[in-house]
Amino acid sequence: MNALLVAPVVWPLATAALLVLLQGRLSIQRTLSTASAAAQLALAVILLARVATEGILVVQFGGWDAPFGISFVADHLAAVMVLVNGIMGTAVAVYALRDLDADRERLGYHPMFHVLLAGVNGAFLTGDLFNLYVWFELLLIASFVLLTLGNRREQLEGGIKYVAANLVASMLLLTGIGLLYGATGTLNMADLALKLPLVPAGLATTLAMLFLVAFGIKAAIFPLFFWLPASYHTPPVAISALFGGMLTKVGVYALLRGFTLLFVADVALTHGLLAWIAGITMVVGVLGAASQTEFRKILSFHIVSQIGYMVMGLAFFTPLGIGGAVFYMVHNIFAKANLFLIAGIARWYGGSFELKKLGGLYRHRPLLAVLFVIAAFSLAGFPPLSGFWAKLVVIRAGFEVQAWPLVAVALFVGLLTLYSMTKIWLAAFWSPLPEGVTLRAGPAPALLYAPVVALALLTLAMGFASAPFFALAERIGAELTDPTGYVLAVLGEAAAAAFVAQGVAP
Amino acid sequence: MEAYLAVVVGAVFAGGFYLVMRRNLLRFVFGLILLSSGVNLLVFTAGRISRGAPPIIPEGASAPVGEVANALPQALILTAIVIGFGLTVFAMVLLLRLYERLGTLRTDQLKAYLEAPQPVPGLPDEEAPA
Amino acid sequence: MKSLILRTTTRPIIVVLLLISVFLLLRGHDLPGGGFIGGLVAAAAAALYAIAFGADAAARLLRVRPELLVGWGMATAVVAGLLGMVAGREFLTGLWWVIAVGDQEIKLSTPLLFDVGVYLVVVGVVLRFVLSLEER
Repeated sequence: MNALLVAPVVWPLATAALLVLLQGRLSIQRTLSTASAAAQLALAVILLARVATEGILVVQFGGWDAPFGISFVADHLAAVMVLVNGIMGTAVAVYALRDLDADRERLGYHPMFHVLLAGVNGAFLTGDLFNLYVWFELLLIASFVLLTLGNRREQLEGGIKYVAANLVASMLLLTGIGLLYGATGTLNMADLALKLPLVPAGLATTLAMLFLVAFGIKAAIFPLFFWLPASYHTPPVAISALFGGMLTKVGVYALLRGFTLLFVADVALTHGLLAWIAGITMVVGVLGAASQTEFRKILSFHIVSQIGYMVMGLAFFTPLGIGGAVFYMVHNIFAKANLFLIAGIARWYGGSFELKKLGGLYRHRPLLAVLFVIAAFSLAGFPPLSGFWAKLVVIRAGFEVQAWPLVAVALFVGLLTLYSMTKIWLAAFWSPLPEGVTLRAGPAPALLYAPVVALALLTLAMGFASAPFFALAERIGAELTDPTGYVLAVLGEAAAAAFVAQGVAP
Repeated sequence: MEAYLAVVVGAVFAGGFYLVMRRNLLRFVFGLILLSSGVNLLVFTAGRISRGAPPIIPEGASAPVGEVANALPQALILTAIVIGFGLTVFAMVLLLRLYERLGTLRTDQLKAYLEAPQPVPGLPDEEAPA
Repeated sequence: MKSLILRTTTRPIIVVLLLISVFLLLRGHDLPGGGFIGGLVAAAAAALYAIAFGADAAARLLRVRPELLVGWGMATAVVAGLLGMVAGREFLTGLWWVIAVGDQEIKLSTPLLFDVGVYLVVVGVVLRFVLSLEER
């Protein structure tokens, strides 16, 4: 069992090491990279199955028991996120086979891609706050390299903003970790859940704010999102799809974990603030998107807007709200990444990401148009696609706690999202081709289409057969709002009993 | 002792944030270096200062003898230094590339120079027009 | 850099630095030192050579590309972690073998193997940066 828990990190790291040694042999690298990503997906499926049947799995590194050693913990949320990362990793690895140029591959795309996957999985699985920082840094350095790979001017200019914002976030995260250690004497997250209630309320809230800013920069919430639309449209499509789908959600995951397990002493203040942030993030993101005319820039602003919905679910702090946030996150990763990939295919035909220079794609390639409609209208929340159910759950959670203004904002932003998606549809697919632009003939390579079709099928499955996904989301919501099970799994019975006795658990 | 160090941490942070908010990106990186030193000192201070021996268990014993120092903050700092070192080096290389390609490190000029780059004379500009 | 003093002194200094780096690597388990520090000292030696004789000469002296060092280092570290699992314990559990040579004991362990991996990664990464900065 412990091999299974360590595998999502060790497997891609070992792959990366092997890929570095194979540097220069492109065809072997491509095969190995894709096969390894697929194998990682298989491992993630097994992990989730094990967690679903056996409950929360824990492994203590080096045999040092928690809270002294570093723990890896796979609860349902972590296992689901690792699985989603496996799916995205495989989809992007396949897409990149055709999308990425040989120059970038020679500069080290393949190893860095797997280091990134390892860092993301590590961040999901770790049960130790300092270890979380280490995984964050690992995925950051890999993402820095991937973002600026090729050294084009736009990439460097966008990259420096990304690097700057994320390095400051790392400093703040480490500051928070240092102060938290000074206040409690532990960094194991389960142990922190036990010891944080003993910390004076003012200090605990201050720490919560530090972590909110640190995780918030990584999750791109208002007012800390500016680096995202400045950089995500600059790298090759495969990389920006992985970033847009997966990377910001690691920040959301950290918010979900931190503000359910650790910082729940003053929910009225922290989660009240989160509710405000959620509302403003949604509106600002969608308005930013409305003002853009470049395919990938529109999508980048929508990432920000959609993050708002996830934070909204978290802010309600009910099992339904948090389950809804997780459902939203998973749906959004698939739909958003798929839109980026579709933008890449549209560019393959039309030669540009600028909406003004695109057109007539519906007549030229009806299949691509259908795929776009599935992803785009799911994002906008059209029934019966996955986005509709995701929005429905989050908004129902809002009804439950009677947060009417936020619900109104969420509905309004849904309309504006639809406007943006319709704008892309009209400009790129429906309207006639602009003067002087010709579309490339012949179907785009199957390797570009395959991941897009797979992700679209996933979106359809989450929409038409949503029951099992809901059941899982509900279970995650229950697990996160009552962390007794988490504490029990990591620290054992005595600690869990103490945790319940403190009266923190509902 | 903790109080003095807290003041020092505050001063280093203030300097770091001042530099981070400057217009020149090189200053920004210097600010980051200062900040990361400040954070390391903060972690060290938060782990309590004590005059103890290295926490190594002598032969035959099962627990350290006498007062020993807290080793965990030092392990954390060591890790943070390693990571900070890597990130700083990367940021420096990135700045160098940016300067080669665009000809400026001033944040308020980045956008204008992106449209009309002025590569530094004498340095290679490998980017072929798209 | 064409400085006679620098070039003349670099060679003996590099020998000393490399010896110190190995010394630091080997004593690292329970004394100050370790793979990272040792790797940095070795990388400093190579950087000094690159400054004195140029990046090309340093790359020739190294014989392998720095990327390969990173790859081998990562592989070594992963294997060191896995050995604990092969022995039926948790990932990264330390295993020790004590070999008696005369009246001395030589302690070999998976933490040492892990440190060797770290050493190689650090040397590789730092040299990659140094060489790419020196190449112009």
